Amino acid sequence: MEITTGWYLVLGALLFVIGGTGLLIRRNPLVMLMCVELMLNGVNLTFVAFAQRLNDIGGQTVVFFVLVVAAAEVVVGLGLVVAILRRQPGTTADDLSALKG
Amino acid sequence: MVDPIVFFIASAICLTGAFGVILARNPVHSALMLVMTLFGIAVQFVAQEAHFLAAVQVIVYAGAIVVLFLFVIMLLGVDKAQNLELSILPVQRWAALTFGAGSLAVLTAFIVNVREPVTGAESVGGIATGSENVRLLARSLFSDYVYAFELTSLLLVIAVIGAVVLARKPKDTEMVSSDSERSI
Repeated sequence: MEITTGWYLVLGALLFVIGGTGLLIRRNPLVMLMCVELMLNGVNLTFVAFAQRLNDIGGQTVVFFVLVVAAAEVVVGLGLVVAILRRQPGTTADDLSALKG
Repeated sequence: MVDPIVFFIASAICLTGAFGVILARNPVHSALMLVMTLFGIAVQFVAQEAHFLAAVQVIVYAGAIVVLFLFVIMLLGVDKAQNLELSILPVQRWAALTFGAGSLAVLTAFIVNVREPVTGAESVGGIATGSENVRLLARSLFSDYVYAFELTSLLLVIAVIGAVVLARKPKDTEMVSSDSERSI
């Protein structure tokens, strides 16, 4: 059998949906950030599959930028988590409603 | 063409890791499962001739981002097991599962139904393999996308400054707490 682009798209969709579901059901802010990474990786896989299929390097360039943005997002997100958990140890995403004004 | 055995083994690794991330009770286990998924995706990248991205995936994601996660987990001491059943909104879990199943069904049905998901014309630039792949990626990055590249450097500087400002121990709150202790 032949592995076509569709197989990679289905795998990317699976990773994206698993990450999104995890983001909704988990309460630990650190695990929620990891789920965002899962979603980004699903999309990366889709980009690389299209780059291969269309014989275009642009898809791989976009993945490069996604990596940079993911690194920046994790740095700022973890900074926020450290700042919040230092104030209120053992807090979960449900307890963070104090920011709603 | 991609070997089906490679694809299915790497997919199994990816999906096992992904389920591990969202189902593990201990955040440390979640982080290690994330490493597993990232390695599986790196294998998929190699299978699709994206060698540079596979290397960067291992170095940046598994080497830097997950280590940062583990570092924060250890620093804050939140590596205690979390009770997954404990939920303030029990309906949220079912809503999330419905969302997941629904969007997966829509996406998969779309991809499977559309026999040929790619409708655009093929590029003439090419996506050469081996070291030629790195050269093409660099040429694209430093010619077509050079402004975006410069903007990412700005983004990284902002992220570093933001992380330092956010994670710094706030001086004024310390003073407030010591004042309140004194008054008590």
